[in-house]
Parts: sequence; C-alpha cells; structure tokens
Amino acid sequence: MVIKTEPFVVNIGPAHPSTHGVFRMKATLDGEVIVDMEPVFGYLHRGIEKLAEERTYTGVIPLTDRLDYLASMSNNLAYCLAVEKLGGIPVPERAEYLRVIMAELQRIASHLIAVGAFLNDCGAFMTPILYMLREREKILDLFEMASGQRLTYNYMRVGGVSQDVPEEFVPALGKFVKVMPRWIDEYDQLLKENEILLARAKGVGILPKELAINISASGPVLRASGVKWDIRKADPYSVYERFEFDIPTGSVGDCYDRYRVRIEEMRQSVCILKQALEQLPQGEVRSDVPHLIRPPVGEAYGHIEAPRGELGFYLVSDNSIAPYRFHVRAPSLINLTALREMMVGWKVADAIIIFGSIDINMAEVDR
Amino acid sequence: MTAALSGNEIATRLQKQFPGSIVESGPNSLLVKSESLLEIATFLKTTPGLDFDYLAAITAVDYYDYFEVIYQLTSLQHNHSLVVKTRCYERENPSLPSVVTLWRGADFQEREIYDLMGISFDGHPNLKRIVLWEGFEGHPLRKDYLRW
Repeated sequence: MVIKTEPFVVNIGPAHPSTHGVFRMKATLDGEVIVDMEPVFGYLHRGIEKLAEERTYTGVIPLTDRLDYLASMSNNLAYCLAVEKLGGIPVPERAEYLRVIMAELQRIASHLIAVGAFLNDCGAFMTPILYMLREREKILDLFEMASGQRLTYNYMRVGGVSQDVPEEFVPALGKFVKVMPRWIDEYDQLLKENEILLARAKGVGILPKELAINISASGPVLRASGVKWDIRKADPYSVYERFEFDIPTGSVGDCYDRYRVRIEEMRQSVCILKQALEQLPQGEVRSDVPHLIRPPVGEAYGHIEAPRGELGFYLVSDNSIAPYRFHVRAPSLINLTALREMMVGWKVADAIIIFGSIDINMAEVDR
Repeated sequence: MTAALSGNEIATRLQKQFPGSIVESGPNSLLVKSESLLEIATFLKTTPGLDFDYLAAITAVDYYDYFEVIYQLTSLQHNHSLVVKTRCYERENPSLPSVVTLWRGADFQEREIYDLMGISFDGHPNLKRIVLWEGFEGHPLRKDYLRW
C-alpha cells in the first residue's frame, strides 16, 4: 500500500522556549525535515526609532539599553560614539578606558548567555548555563558597582561615562580577570570534545563564506564562516588600537564554529581587560558637555563591534535638542537573513540549534 | 582604520561611466539619481579596486520634500567605505530600485523601510510589512504620521 504524504506547515513559536523571545518560524515540514521556513517577527516592536525622535540626546541613552538588553553597555557605547562623532565631542582618556572595560565585560557576559542557551538547545539542559550564569553574576556585580544597575545600566554619557567607578571596582576586576580564564578552561574541559555536542553541532547549519558576506552578517556569525573581520581591528574606535588581541575565526561556518568563536572571543576579551586594567589612567571621566546637546546640522554613522555583530547608529541632527532621525543597524536582525538557507534540509531538532547558534536578541530584532 | 573614500573622486569616475547619474558629491558621500542607482551599485560592487562586497546598513530619512535613502557600503577586501545616497521626491507612492539582487543583506532592511517609511522597492522578492502587522494603516516613521 502506498501512503500518501504531503508537506505541512508548523508554527514554531512565537512563544516557545527555543525561540529566545517572541519569534515565529513558519516551517513547512516533510516528515521531520524542513523544506521551507519563513521567519516572522515584530511581536516586540516598541518603536524605539520613533520614540527617540522626541527625546533629548541624553534622554535616548536609556532607550538604547532596551535594544539588546543582554548587551546594554555596548548599545550605550555605540550610541554615544555616534553622538560624539556628530557633535565633535571629546572624551577623556580614563572614560575611554572605562568604556572599553565595560564593553569587554559585556561581551563576556553576553557570550556566556549565548553559549549557555545554545547548549540548552543542544540538549545539555540547564547544567552548562548554570555554570555560565554563575560567572555572569560576577560581571553583573561589577556593573552594579559602577552603575547601580544589573541589567539596564544607563552608564555611558555623551562625552564620557556617568560617574567614575568606586575604589573597590579595580581590585574586584583584577580578581575577575585572574579567575575567568580558569572558568573558560573548565567549559572547554566539559564541552570542547564532548561527543554529543560534536554530533549535534558539527557540520550543521553551514553558512558559507560568500553568503555570509552577501547577507551582511556580522560578529561571531561572520567570523565563524572564516571572514577575519572585526570592527575593533578594522575600524578601531575608542582606544582599541592600543590593545593586542586576536580575531578568532572558524573554518566552515557550522554551529560548532560559531560556538567555538564565542568561547575564544571570551579569552580575547579577558586579554583586553588585563591590558586595559594595567593602562587605566587617572583623571576626569566626563568632558564638559552641556545638559542639552545641540549637535550641528549633519549626520553621522557610528558603529562598534557589539557581542552580536556590527551595531550601528545613524543619527541626523537638525541642530535641535532631539535627533531628527535615529536609526539602529541591528546585528540580530540582519544575521537572520540567511536563516532559511541554513535550515532547509535539516530536521526540526537541528533547526532549533541552528537558530540558537546565531544568538539573536528579539528586543534588538524588533526594536 | 576603514578608509572613507572621497565621494568626489568616485563621482568623477562614475561621471565618465554613467554621465548625468550623479546629482551631488561631497567629501563623505555621493548622491545619485534613483534611476541609475542599480547600475551604479553594480559598478561599485564589481569593479576591481572598489569591490564593495558588504552592505553595512540601509536607512531612510523623511525630509518632508523628499525621502533620502542612505547606503553604507564597505569593502571587506580593501577595508574602505563609501556612503551612497539617493532621493525619492514622490510622497504618495515613493519607489526605488531594490538592491537585494546585489546584496542579500538588504532584504530585511528594505522591508523595514517599506514598513515604517512607506517606500516600496521594485524588484524585492518579498516586499511586505516586517514589524507591523498586515493591515496596519500608515507608515509611522514618516514625519507627518500622527496616530491621534
């Protein structure tokens, strides 16, 4: 007897534990194999680009915290850089170092969540992510010392940072950079050669190099495909040209490479933190900036290497106290462009880890 | 450091190849006619020495009289960048050629501009609203959009 079969559509999400937020995958399945997939999002759209047009330049900073809430410091930094570029505002040296320290701590914190959640998706349920949350707590403690907040920091300001770090911050950071490499070694010991992880992630969800460039992928997703492109090196901002670090890259661009690149990036971030801590100068943390900033008429695009990729802010000023136009180049959104190609041909269980390995944040996708 | 190519220099090169396609050029950017956007984009992407293989970002700005669409181009190979702009003077049904065939990275960004700014992109394979729902009226990022 011949059994008649036909493809059918399954909605994965919007509210599903594996979608890391509210994201819907409209998957067409043939048995268990994905033959077509359409990403649907917008459930978390808050209109931040429009809201920013009615706030002062300083008043926008708390909004940027809420874009990618796992990397608020990076968002603060990218936005402040764009405004400084627009208005030609100088930043004191100590503030530059504090910014780099915060951005690199944030990268580690964000990658810990990314890797932990990815392993959760792979089936290593809760154990690795709890290890990683343990370390992330240490970083959040440092952020709390500096800004008083644990999630939405609102720490950076146009022309510097809101306040200097307290006395106990530097010793605490020194302790952290000492122990963090050991913790990363611990993850490697548990996971690097783990047979289940290799079987689940190696060769799965390949994003070829040419496609990665063509879809404007950025961050670990681009680097895992073998493109050595990091804005910290390619177009150094703040004081990044003073630090020595490597750009880890993958070879084939599968889920395993993306996971490895994140782990290696954490090591490099620790390396930058060590150097920044040694060089940290004394002095002012904020230049003399008026409360209401009125940049000259013009436009500026400021971009940084955020944990998820190239985070850019495009600002247009009409010499008033609020931005005329505020646009976010969100890495999470653009990294999703090739999701269909990466998923087609794989099974539903693989689709979950392919999606997890891209590491997106829905608050940034939808804005 | 990513070298920002001078819009003026590129404009002189383009002027020979595509006469009358450049509206204005400055030290940082290049303003092209919307009809010649696609051929200029192809030229910028495929000419050796320019090789703009990476479209970092697209965005649109509403200036009441016209919409300006801004393309931030980068070449990963040579580490240089260029800002290309084009304008759309129509307000009822503004439309521009899509660059998705050249850079797939434009896919979601053009959809976003269509959704929030109301500029349609000819040749886009799947032009529909991306963050707002089907049936939503108006385009909120336009300056004259008022909900109440």
